[in-house]
Amino acid sequence: MSTHNIQNSIRKLRFEKDEMTQQQLAEAVKVTRQTIVAIEKGKYSPSLELAFKIAHVFEKPLEEVFSYKPTKK
Amino acid sequence: MDYYERKSIVSMLSTIVVLGIYYWSVFERFDAQIMNTDEQLQFWSKAILIAIPISIVTKIAVLIAFAIVNYIITKEKTAGFEDERDKLIELKSTRNSYVIFGMGFVAALLVLAFGYPPKFMFIALILAGIGSEIFDNLSRFYYHRKGV
Repeated sequence: MSTHNIQNSIRKLRFEKDEMTQQQLAEAVKVTRQTIVAIEKGKYSPSLELAFKIAHVFEKPLEEVFSYKPTKK
Repeated sequence: MDYYERKSIVSMLSTIVVLGIYYWSVFERFDAQIMNTDEQLQFWSKAILIAIPISIVTKIAVLIAFAIVNYIITKEKTAGFEDERDKLIELKSTRNSYVIFGMGFVAALLVLAFGYPPKFMFIALILAGIGSEIFDNLSRFYYHRKGV
């Protein structure tokens, strides 16, 4: 299940944003804390809308928060 | 284990215990009576129809009790809403449970097609119902733990 190719730097960005907690980020983008935990661990790839919302909270472009690594064949 | 994983386990256990006890009593009543085919069909139809509200009411009661006990023990507040990940997990779990029930339904038809008594068809349907419910909860547990 957790073979997602999308990586993120949410943990680092939270730390840089006054050590924002997962709960605070979850409330800011209106999801549960468990969803933020799953995204950070790479167990869930968020929808495009949620990805934009998260990037908006950190005031960063999307590609600075999320990156895609294609699987090598 | 987070709230949703615990909830899946509790829900699954309540299904096994409640429906297990109920159908155990149904089988005992069935074995104690001598019925023709029409009466058997009526008996099993009533048994399954009665199981539906019993299952719903007990599940609601168990999950309310679980939410209260979980809060008292962990002091963990639940979000109170479903986000996109919760909905995706629900969709996938429901899909999995439909697959199990569909297989059980086909098994029930095969039982009749091969000439077994109606009792076995209803046993297959009951097992399909319980199995699909258990698989639904196991799927939720799996997707919450391993990712979706």
